[in-house]
Amino acid sequence: MEALTNRSKIVSNKEMTFLERIYLPAILKGMMITLSHFFKKKVTFNYPEVKRDIAPVFRGQHVLKRDENGAERCTACGLCAVACPAEAITMVAEERKPGEEALYREEKYASKYEINMLRCIFCGLCEEACPKESIFLTDRIVPSTFERNEFIYGKDKLVEPLEENKRIDISKRQTAETLEFKKNKQLAHNILYPKKALK
Amino acid sequence: MEWSDIIYKSILVVCVFGVSLVVAMYSTYAERKIAAFLQDRLGPNRAGPFGLFQPLADGVKMFMKEEIIPDVSNKALFIIGPSLAMLTACMTGVVIPWGPDFVSESGKVYPLQITDVNIGILYLFGVVSIGVYGIMIGGWASNNKYSLLGAVRASSQMISYELAMGLSIISLVMMTGTLSVREITAQQASWHWNVLYQPFACFLFIVCAFAETNRAPFDLPECETELVGGYHTEYSSMKLGFYLFAEYINMFISSAIIATLFFGGYNFPLIYKYVTDPMWVTIVGTMVFFAKIFFFIFLFMWVRWTLPRFRYDQLMNLGWKTLIPLAIINIFITGIVSFWKEIIALF
Repeated sequence: MEALTNRSKIVSNKEMTFLERIYLPAILKGMMITLSHFFKKKVTFNYPEVKRDIAPVFRGQHVLKRDENGAERCTACGLCAVACPAEAITMVAEERKPGEEALYREEKYASKYEINMLRCIFCGLCEEACPKESIFLTDRIVPSTFERNEFIYGKDKLVEPLEENKRIDISKRQTAETLEFKKNKQLAHNILYPKKALK
Repeated sequence: MEWSDIIYKSILVVCVFGVSLVVAMYSTYAERKIAAFLQDRLGPNRAGPFGLFQPLADGVKMFMKEEIIPDVSNKALFIIGPSLAMLTACMTGVVIPWGPDFVSESGKVYPLQITDVNIGILYLFGVVSIGVYGIMIGGWASNNKYSLLGAVRASSQMISYELAMGLSIISLVMMTGTLSVREITAQQASWHWNVLYQPFACFLFIVCAFAETNRAPFDLPECETELVGGYHTEYSSMKLGFYLFAEYINMFISSAIIATLFFGGYNFPLIYKYVTDPMWVTIVGTMVFFAKIFFFIFLFMWVRWTLPRFRYDQLMNLGWKTLIPLAIINIFITGIVSFWKEIIALF
C-alpha cells in the first residue's frame, strides 16, 4: 500500500541490546534533556503584567464607533445581527427625535444594542456587514467575570466614549483591501448625503 | 543524664522536627518550581516575592477545606492512617547526625545527633517499614476500591523494595563494620565517601529510595490516571495534607540518609584545613550536609519530571528479578574483596 504521507515509520520489535535493557543511558540522556530545559527561556509569562504580542488585525471586544462630530453611526439596520452566525447580536431600533441630531447621525438609531460575549465567536462578520462603518472589532480582550449576565454587553460598554482623546483606535483593522474598497466611489455607501442630494 | 543535657536534647529534637517540616513545606514549592522550569514554565509566583508564600497559602487552603469522613469507613482507622504516616516520617530524623559535634571550650561535647543508637540503620529500616502501615490502614479504612487498590499496590511495592534496599545496605555494613550511623559518617572523613567504595550499592539504594518514598517513576500507589488518587482518594482537608506532607518529609529524610550513608554526611574534603574554630566547623559541616540533602531532593524532583511511570509488572520485575540479585551479587563481591587475603591463603 502506498503511504499517504512520508512520515510513516516501520515499527520493529527487535530485541533490546544490553545497554538499552538496563535503561540507564537512556535515563541519563533524558535527564540531560530536562536539565537543559531548566535553563531555557520560559515560554510562559506573567499575564496581566506582561501581555503577548497580538496580530494587528486581532479580533477582540467590539466597539460602536461615533462619527467625527461625536454622533453614533449605528442606524439599527440589523445587518450585523443577520450576518452573525452565532446570533449574538440583538437590537431595538428607535426614531430620532428633533434635537437629538448631535447624538445620532441618521433618523433611525439603536436604542438598545446588545452583544452576548459568550455567544460571540469573534468572526468579524458583523464588521464586514456593517454599511455604516459603525461596528468594529478591536484588540481589547473581553475580561472574564463570575456572572453569565455580565457578559451581555449593552450600549454602555460598546459605544466608544464621546471625548476625542478616548476614542477607540480601529485603524489597525482597516486593512489595505478595505481602504482600497473605500476608494471606489460607486461603492461609497457610507457618505452622509446632504438632504438636497437625496431628492 | 544532667538537666542541661535533657534541655539540650529537647531543643535539638524541636529543631530537627521544625527543620524537617519547613524543608518538607518548601519542597512542595521547590517541586512546583522545578517542574515548571523543566517544562519551560514560570511556576507559582503570585503569593509573595517569587511565590515564596505559596506553601503557606496551600497550608491555609488545606486547613480550610471541609473535613469529610466517609460514612462507610472505619472511623478510628481512618484517622490513625494519616497520623501514622506523619509520625513515622518524623521519627526517622532522630538517628541522623546533622553536623559535626560541637566541642565547647570547657571540653563538653554537644553532638548534633539526637541519639546515637548503636543499631541506627536497623532503627531506620524498622521505622520506614512501619510507614507502610499508615498507607495500608488509610487505604483499607476508606472502604473504597480505588483506595484499597492503591494501598495494596503501595504496600507490596514498599515491602518488595525494602528487601533490595536492606540487601544493598548489607554490603555497606560489611565494609564499615558498624550499624551506627554516627560511626559510618565519621569513617567517611574528607574524601573517603562510601560512594567511591560502594558505587553499586549506592545506586541500588537510591533506586530503592525512590520506590520507598513512592516517587516517580515508582509512584504507582497514587497514579492519578488509573486509581483516581490512590490510597488517599477518600481523604480531604488536613488528613490528605498529612499524607502528602509525609511524602515530602520522607523525601527529605531519604535524601539525608543517602547523603549520610554514601556521600560523607557532613564531611567535606579540606574542611579542617580552612576552618579551625570549632563553632565554625559545626556550622560549615551542617551547611555542607544540607547542601548535599538539597542536591538529592533536587535529584528526586528532576527524575520525577523526566521519567514516565513504570507499569506494575515492570516494577515488580525490576524489584525482585533485577535489584535483589544485583544486591546479592554485590554482597558476594564485597565479601570476596574484603577477605581476599584469607581466601588466597586457603589455596
